Amino acid sequence: MATYTLKVRRYQPESGEGPFWEEFDVDLDPSLSVLDGILQAKDREDGSLAVRCSCRAAICGSCGVKINGSSTLACKTQLGEAHEAANRRGNGGGETAAPPRGADEEYTPQPSAGGTNPIVVEPMGNMPVVKDLIVDMESTHWEKIRRVTPWLLPHGDPPEREYVVEPESMIDVTQSMACIQCGACVSSCLSMEADPEFIGPAALAKAYRFVGDPRDAETRERLHDLAHDPHGIYDCTHCFSCIDACPKGVAPMDQIMRLRRLAGDEGIDDDPNNGHNHMEAFTRIIEKKGTLDESLLLQESYAPGVKGKLKPTKGAIKGLLGSIPTGIRALRSGKVRSLGQMIPGVHHKLPGGAQGDVKAVYEHAEEHGEELNLYIKGEEADEEQALGAGEETTEERPR
Amino acid sequence: MVSGRRAAPNPTAPSDFSRIASAAVPTHDVLVIGAGLAGQRAALAAAEQGVSVGILSKVHPVRSHSNAAQGGINAALNPGDSWESHAYDTVKGSDYLGDQDAIEIMCREAPEEILHLEHLGVTFHRNEEGKLGTRAFGGASAARTYYVADITGQAIMHVLYEQLMKHSETVARYEEWFCTALAMDENGECCGAVTRNIADGSMELFRAKSVILACGGNGQAWKPTTNALICTGDGIAMAYRVGAKLMDMEMIQYHPTTLAGKGFLITEGARGEGAHLLNAKGERFMERYAPNKMELASRDVVSRAEQTEINEGRGFPDGTVALDITVVPKKRIHEALREIVLVGRDFAGVDITREPIHIKPGNHYTMGGVKTDVDGRTDVPGLYAAGEVACVSVHGGNRLGANSLLDTLIFGRRSGADAAARAKRTEASRPSSEVLEAEQATIDDVLAREKGSGRRISEIKLELGQTMDEYVAVFRDEAGIQQALETVRRLEEEAKSAYVDDKGRIFNQDVLAAIELGYMLDNAECTCVAALERKESRGAQYRTDFPERNDEEWLKHIDLQRGDEGPDVSYSEVTITQWEPEERKY
Repeated sequence: MATYTLKVRRYQPESGEGPFWEEFDVDLDPSLSVLDGILQAKDREDGSLAVRCSCRAAICGSCGVKINGSSTLACKTQLGEAHEAANRRGNGGGETAAPPRGADEEYTPQPSAGGTNPIVVEPMGNMPVVKDLIVDMESTHWEKIRRVTPWLLPHGDPPEREYVVEPESMIDVTQSMACIQCGACVSSCLSMEADPEFIGPAALAKAYRFVGDPRDAETRERLHDLAHDPHGIYDCTHCFSCIDACPKGVAPMDQIMRLRRLAGDEGIDDDPNNGHNHMEAFTRIIEKKGTLDESLLLQESYAPGVKGKLKPTKGAIKGLLGSIPTGIRALRSGKVRSLGQMIPGVHHKLPGGAQGDVKAVYEHAEEHGEELNLYIKGEEADEEQALGAGEETTEERPR
Repeated sequence: MVSGRRAAPNPTAPSDFSRIASAAVPTHDVLVIGAGLAGQRAALAAAEQGVSVGILSKVHPVRSHSNAAQGGINAALNPGDSWESHAYDTVKGSDYLGDQDAIEIMCREAPEEILHLEHLGVTFHRNEEGKLGTRAFGGASAARTYYVADITGQAIMHVLYEQLMKHSETVARYEEWFCTALAMDENGECCGAVTRNIADGSMELFRAKSVILACGGNGQAWKPTTNALICTGDGIAMAYRVGAKLMDMEMIQYHPTTLAGKGFLITEGARGEGAHLLNAKGERFMERYAPNKMELASRDVVSRAEQTEINEGRGFPDGTVALDITVVPKKRIHEALREIVLVGRDFAGVDITREPIHIKPGNHYTMGGVKTDVDGRTDVPGLYAAGEVACVSVHGGNRLGANSLLDTLIFGRRSGADAAARAKRTEASRPSSEVLEAEQATIDDVLAREKGSGRRISEIKLELGQTMDEYVAVFRDEAGIQQALETVRRLEEEAKSAYVDDKGRIFNQDVLAAIELGYMLDNAECTCVAALERKESRGAQYRTDFPERNDEEWLKHIDLQRGDEGPDVSYSEVTITQWEPEERKY
């Protein structure tokens, strides 16, 4: 048994007041969850403290919140570890007071009386707050889920018995099926912060569940739709936040990347974000130079290779001209540090034989085309042991 | 302890819920209350008949407790298996208290239902040929459990919700609406329900020609329990209050493998995959209790064995025994028991692939409930029940693992179809608005109680849960059950003056907790009365003062109906078609 302080960002819509912070002291075993803490505060001190919750076992997806700035499930975060994280982060006003990404900017942590750091609990981000820790998922999360036509679209009558499919294909989509719609990934999504219309990690992972399902007959239509939506698969900036946030190992960003690869395989390369060609350009430049030559990225994205430059398409010219403001912003913000870097050809090469190593990585990736899937390979930590054990490691994913 | 510091004003105002609130007067041919597997299946089946359907739930449908069903769903679909074998296992598992006509229907219709789900998109595990694959489960004479890793309930429920989204034209969804009472017309028929829109606190009287209760069991009346916080016996209590009969209420399942202290479930699938149960001496103690089926005997048998080991000092100091999953190949654990890896890691700090995990029997399932026939009809015309809220009875004294999902789907579908048929042939009657006013008055009364006028809701709930877990659990006797009943009746009085802190309208969870407490107390009272009544040991009811099964006197159901002073007891016959009771050995 230990005492923890929960610092909860509250909002009581009927009070006429704005949000405020309130601290609650709770006495619980460190192995119990932050949700247990919230419920103790609610049970003993203030029944008006609102939080959605049901299963307490990370299966119903109700209690998505931010704890110490990170989106997660309150029932899955132990008090002891949340307290340690709070101390590391210095919620109480230590040297490292800068809130992590996604934390409320207006909140400046102050030392609390006992010198310990409170566990900071806030409602999820990217969704309107209704009351205390309850957000409106309907108008954001669910709206986006419905956007991806979230039901199976088989063609023709079903077979008399079951659909016969590759066993691994079912295990593969089960990773997306494991999504409990808690919204933690949506809450953490940086792209959605910039573009609220982004379909987002949860809905795109849901989309993969159908695209990857061999029983679905509209794979190409789905991919085309998601690639051609300017807020679709190419709106993801690859920041990994959703992978960190997901409490179920769904790895939404991985599913988005698979959608991109499958769209490319289908020859869908004319998306309005020029996302596919951008991705291809990125890959080619790194293969050639080892690191990203920003000066080539735009040209290669819109007008790839010598042919592209000698005879640029109308779209390429339009795209390149349209990207000039982005280039200027990149210079201004220091993303590209000097004008020199904008001149093609001056980009530095990797020292020694490092470029050869990069090539080897590419070759290895080419030869090992299987997808990594938690249901097939287990956690990363298990890998060594599994490798040591012999054959029982990864299985080829059928494609 | 208010810090007083203000955060920045929230840039986004609470969303506009008026869209839902101002929708046309909610009238449906069929109204489904509860949106887990039974409710969603019922709604889809009713909609198929071309009637208008509303489905209402106090949580978003995908938050429903069907999620927690990990292991799988039974069906005799493999060549070489037969529905008769499945039915016999179920009858034997029920300790002969299950109604065999209902069990026959469930087992006969199971294969078709599995195929239907597969066609809708459930990602069932496949064998090497790419066909549906099975795993072994407790109490079954063949491997006939179909599954999606160990998230079977979740996977099926999310797929049904996909179908609800697909059919949004014909099925209206009321998500986060709380039902406070059923509405009756002057002929004594159920014709709607009183609800509270949780988002804005508005009260609404729904009209319907048929009402289907599909709102789950009552596990929260026990503590600890594997059940979610929402499982407060709402439907059982609401039906009881309008005069419907309840049945088999003494039959409360304790699951053999729950995490000590927290009540989290470790799927029976773990034992299905080959995991062992060990006492503190490292003995595989099931050898002494069920030498043939070992860990895969019926749940009541395994739970009693564990509790005996613990009571006789062969458990661990924390009052547990161990479940050893390390004997299952690691790759298989990751593929088939992944959720349990996460539960072990996140909630017990144990890597189940490397070490045994401590477990004990814990409250898990309500075998009893609202008495229905095989089409979900209760004793109250117009009122149906399906899933855990109902008692058909297919589970009798003890439910087999992986039969609960099947129960929800088969009887959800049958209820939905029959409720739609009834709606087509009946005229709508108008529920009196008195019931709405009465419910509003009850809530106003709760809100008006001043702080400190009585106990806190949470205190009463805690005392209820601990009392039930102490006296109405794996082993029971008259003195203990009597003690529990007296406590429950005292708590019923105390609940009348219990106060709430939240006086608002928007997401007032406090006032809902007060209503749920009333539901749980009704459930607990009925369970105590039935457990006192049954003076024998059968299935989950093990009376240390009557340790034998007594078919001569007690091969019958205990029915309860609301009377002036608690439930009135009556009996009904157990339907026997082809399996005469015999001694039960595993």
